[in-house]
This record gives sequence, C-alpha cells and structure tokens, in this order.
Amino acid sequence: MTTATAPTTPVLTPEMVAAIQALFPRYPTRQAITLPALHMVNAKLRHVPMAAIPEIAKVLELSPAQIYDTMTFYGFFKTEQGGYVRAWVCRSISCALRGAEEVLEKMCDTLHVHPGGTTDDGKITLEFGECLGLCDFAPAVLANEQVYKSVSLDQVDEICALMKVQAEQQANGTAIPTL
Amino acid sequence: MAEFEPVLTANIHKPDSHTLPVYEAGGGYQAIRKVLGEMSPVQVVDLVKASGLRGRGGAGFPCGLKWSFLPQNHPGPFYMCINADESEPGTFNNRILMELDPHQVIEGIMIGCYATKATTAYLYLRYEYPTAYRRLQQAIDECYAKGYLGDNAFGKGFALNIYMHRGAAAYICGEETGLIESLEGKRAWPRIKPPFPAIEGAFKKPTVVNNIETLACVPHIVNRGVDWFKSMGIPADPNNPRDPGSYGPKLYCISGHIEKPGCYEMPLGVTCRELVERYGGGVWKGRKGKAAIPGGISMGLLSEPEWDTKLDFAGPGKAGCLGLGTAAVVVLDETVSIVDFLHNSCRFFAHESCGQCTPCREGTSWSERILYRIKQGKGRLKDLDLLATIGDSIGIMPGTTICGLADGAAWPIKNALKKFRGEFEDYIKRTNPTGYANSQPVEALEVIGLGAH
Ligand SMILES: Cc1cc2nc3c(=O)[nH]c(=O)nc-3n(C[C@H](O)[C@H](O)[C@H](O)COP(=O)(O)O)c2cc1C
Ligand code: SF4
Ligand code: FES
Repeated sequence: MTTATAPTTPVLTPEMVAAIQALFPRYPTRQAITLPALHMVNAKLRHVPMAAIPEIAKVLELSPAQIYDTMTFYGFFKTEQGGYVRAWVCRSISCALRGAEEVLEKMCDTLHVHPGGTTDDGKITLEFGECLGLCDFAPAVLANEQVYKSVSLDQVDEICALMKVQAEQQANGTAIPTL
Repeated sequence: MAEFEPVLTANIHKPDSHTLPVYEAGGGYQAIRKVLGEMSPVQVVDLVKASGLRGRGGAGFPCGLKWSFLPQNHPGPFYMCINADESEPGTFNNRILMELDPHQVIEGIMIGCYATKATTAYLYLRYEYPTAYRRLQQAIDECYAKGYLGDNAFGKGFALNIYMHRGAAAYICGEETGLIESLEGKRAWPRIKPPFPAIEGAFKKPTVVNNIETLACVPHIVNRGVDWFKSMGIPADPNNPRDPGSYGPKLYCISGHIEKPGCYEMPLGVTCRELVERYGGGVWKGRKGKAAIPGGISMGLLSEPEWDTKLDFAGPGKAGCLGLGTAAVVVLDETVSIVDFLHNSCRFFAHESCGQCTPCREGTSWSERILYRIKQGKGRLKDLDLLATIGDSIGIMPGTTICGLADGAAWPIKNALKKFRGEFEDYIKRTNPTGYANSQPVEALEVIGLGAH
C-alpha cells in the first residue's frame, strides 16, 4: 500500500462506518467483522479499492495486513471495479455434463470478454464459478441475484441482452439493491 | 417400499411456505415450545442421541453424540455454527430447505442451541445463495418480532440470537474448522484436530457445527419421537458394533444426465438405481448410464453395474466409494469420456484447495495438469501411475493433510482408475500413438488460464 501524499476523501462513508460498528455487539472479536465489512464495501463499489483496506482496519482495530490477508484469500474480492452485473457461469460437474463449457465460451464471444473480464462499457463482469448449488437447473448462470436456469446455447444471446438490461437498472438505481 | 410421507419437504409446496404464519399453521414452533416447557438440555441431547440422527453435511457423525462432547463445567459462552456453505458439486438440498422452509431450519437451530446451551448462533451461508439469504433473514426478523428470538424467547427465559454470516465463494469454508476460521475473519485454513470444535471452536469457545438438513430433522424427532424416526432407514448392522445405522428421511439430489433433475425426499437407503429410474425418470435421452457420483463429487464413482448399491451411510463405502457424503447423485451417461470427468473433478479440487498442506496443494494442481495433458492427446501410460500415486498419498487417511478436502480430491482419481483403467489406456494410446509408452519426463502443458474467480 502506497502512502498517500495529498489528503483524499475516505472510501468509507460515515454511514458505512456506522453500519460496520453496528455489527460490533454480534461478535466477541472485531476481526470477525472483516468479511461483513468487505462485503459492505464490495456491494456498494463493486470492488474493494486498496484505499479501503486501512480504513476498514482502523474501524476494526486491526493491521491493514490482516484485512488484506483475509481479503486476498477469497478470490471473490477484487481491487479493480467490476461491472454492474457480476455473472457466474458454473463449470462444475453437473453443469459441465449439460454443456456449461460451451455456454461459457459462447457468452465470452457474445460479450467480447475473457472469463474474469468486464465488458468495455463496464456493464457486465463474466466469470466461471464452481458449483452454484443450482445443479437441478444445469447449466446454471447466476447474475447478481438473478438465476438463469438450464441455459442452452440458443438462449445465450437473449440472456446477454437481459443482463445488459439488468446492468442498466442497476446503474440508474431502478433495480433491487444487490446484497 | 411402503408409501413414504415427506417429512422435511412436507411444507415446501404450500403457497408462501417460507413465512411464519404458514409454518405455524402446519404445526410449526410446537417442538421448541415442548422442549422449553418439558425438557432439560440433557434430555434433548439424549433424545437426539437415541434417534440415531447422523450429520447430513457429509461426514455422518452422530448428532447427539457430538452435542454430548461439549464440556459440562465450562463457564461458556457456547456457540452454534450452522453450516450452510453447501458447495459440494451436485448438492443443493440445503438451498431448498432454506428457500422454501426457513422456519423449519430455524426451529431446528433453536432446539439445537437449547440442547447445547448456545446463546449465539452464526449461520454461515455461502454467498451464492441470495434468495436463501433474503428468506432466512426475513424469517429471523419475523421471529424477533414475535418474541421467538432474543433475550427471553417464548417468554421462557431462553436467550438466543441468530446472526447470518455470508461467505465469499470458497468451498473450503464448508469444512467445519475452515468455517470457524472464516467466521473469525481469517483465511479459511482448516485447523489441526484435536482440539475438536466441541472443546475449542469459534473464538476459542466450545462450539457445535451442524449442517442445515441435520438441524431440520430435529423438530420432527421432538414431535414424533425416536421410534418413528427409527422406523425409517437402514438399521445398524448387528454384526458390526461400530455401525450406528442410517435412520430417518434424507433429501437426495439428482442431477447430470437424468430426465428429471431435482431433490427427492425418501428414507435413507434407497438404491442408486431406484433413485435414477423411479424418481429421476431414468438416464436422459433414453441412453444407458455409465457411472454415477453417489454423494457429491468427493465420494468417487459407482459404475453402472454398481447402481444397486444402497445409498445409506454404509452402502457407497462397500462399493469402494468414500462414503455417502451429501447424498447428491450425479449421473454420467454412456457418452461421457472418463478423461473429461476426471479432468473436471481434478480442476475443481485444484481450484478449491486452500493451499496450506503441500501434498494437497501440489497433488491437486498436478493432477489437474496431468489430466489436462492426457485430454490434449499428450498423455502417457505412466501418467496413470503418477495419478495413482497422488490418489494414494493425499488426504487424512494416508495421514498427510489437515482436512478431508484432499481425500475428496483423491477418491474420484482412485475410483476412476480402478473402475475405468482400460478406458484411460485406450484413450491415451489412441490420442498419443507415438508417445504413449514414453516414460521419460515431459514438459507440463500450460493449463490454459480461464480467468480468475
Ligand atoms: C472440504 C470439505 C467441505 C465441506 N463442506 C461442507 C458443507 O458445505 N456443508 C456442510 O454441512 N458440511 C460440509 N463439510 C462437513 C463439515 O466439515 C462438518 O462435518 C459438518 O458441517 C458437520 O455437520 P453435521 O454433523 O450436521 O453434518 C465439509 C467437509 C470437508 C472436508
Ligand atoms: S487438505 Fe487441502 S484444503 Fe485441507 S487444509 Fe490441507 S491444503 Fe487445505
Ligand atoms: S454443478 Fe453447476 S450448479 Fe452445481
């Protein structure tokens, strides 16, 4: 982490700090609030900027290294901003047996991204996931809170279009808030 | 089989099954009232012990026995951690319970906490279950509003808070001590046991970790008794004093190459074939079956001729599998290449190994590389020996790793090699006709990076 020279606006708003502090009574240690705090930042900013780490550490009375250590263990948290829709295409066994790899490939082609990448317009981040617990709907795609079930190659274009609509709603605040 | 009346899924088809009024109209929250009114914690532990209820999360440990391991004269606090990390490929029964009958789960948690004297319960939920998150949180809120949770729940001086804690997409958080580390805000590195969580668990305090489905069984045991519970399932083998039997209802998941994928409830002990044919509607597209995963990918493979295996706690082991696991059956039809199957399995475990034990970290990632090489037509017969070495040397059973993820990675390798070795050899010879006999070291192919997760 680089040392800041000019004073910058904090990443955590006073409301976010208060929301983190509101969790103190739930746990016997402050460190236990690491994941909830990271989720809070991630839900709001679609990533966890490096600058947020010392701020979270301060609220939780930990070293920034502890936050960073935990955060990087979970590949879930990124330091670069993702799209308004974060979509996971399951590649585990039940989905793979029903064509998930092909679905992922076609979605990548349609959206012009590699797995893990974000579309140029910043709307959609497309990733592979491991078993999403939706094996009864294989191959399954989870896009924010939306589940696309038993996806066939023919449906890929339509789903990509729907995800764009989802992203626009998210961007202009007409979608239900993402958890 | 006699007509079976669903127990855990009795409510899920009702409209608004996830709400408190519907749950109570079906007799919900009577079991906890009975427990608070008539029973001591020890009596509840003894009842659950007598029922023979075994953990549904994968290990099949007797639930009441686990509860009885908590130290008696400890000043507390005691914690309950509910394992809702459900990430074993093929498994989705916890999701169904949480989305469609969250109050049944909560009542089970309440009784479990009363029995174990836990006043705080953390429900560790995998991140990818947003609907379950909303439904459970709504159900918890309904309970607080009604006075069913809090400092004086049901007006009986029973204190309990339930907090939801969301994971971050890591399979290893389902391992009970990985879960505890993750809850504590650390990397989910499983702990060396002993000490077991019952002695030193979350925040260094005595802790019970239970699966969602295990806890959902508990209110029914209270309501309907031990004899009723034991009337379902496969009794303990009288010739094996160490077999605790397989009692009660079970939510079986079927997916993969099956006509009707889904979650089906029946008594423990249905055969794999019955599940596929009678409930799952048969192998899809009228094809023949090749093999099936008996209980999540970690458990290995039953070849089609082995499908008459009973899916109780003892059955899959008799057929060389690791165990019943999560009772999630995944069907592979006759067209599936065993190479593709094993590559998928190895890739999963390489991705999910937490990396703390060298045999697991290296073994899982090398097995993925070897399978990738075979898949690309660069395999050698010697690679099968390398895979066998990995399969035999990683895990708790050979004593080289801290947690069971490595055993789960090893089992599909062992089973596939044992049950389908001929097919591997044919594939290698066919796709690498000039190099299959090579036994000199060869370069590893770079596994094509498929982006981060
Ligand atoms: C790698 C690994 C992953 C696991 N994942 C889960 C899981 O997602 N859910 C679960 O309930 N148990 C899981 N378990 C089993 C738990 O460690 C533990 O045995 C279980 O939660 C205990 O609850 P039960 O006795 O009610 O089954 C996993 C075990 C291992 C080794
Ligand atoms: S066996 Fe594997 S997953 Fe388990 S603790 Fe060791 S490295 Fe981690
Ligand atoms: S294997 Fe894809 S959701 Fe389970």
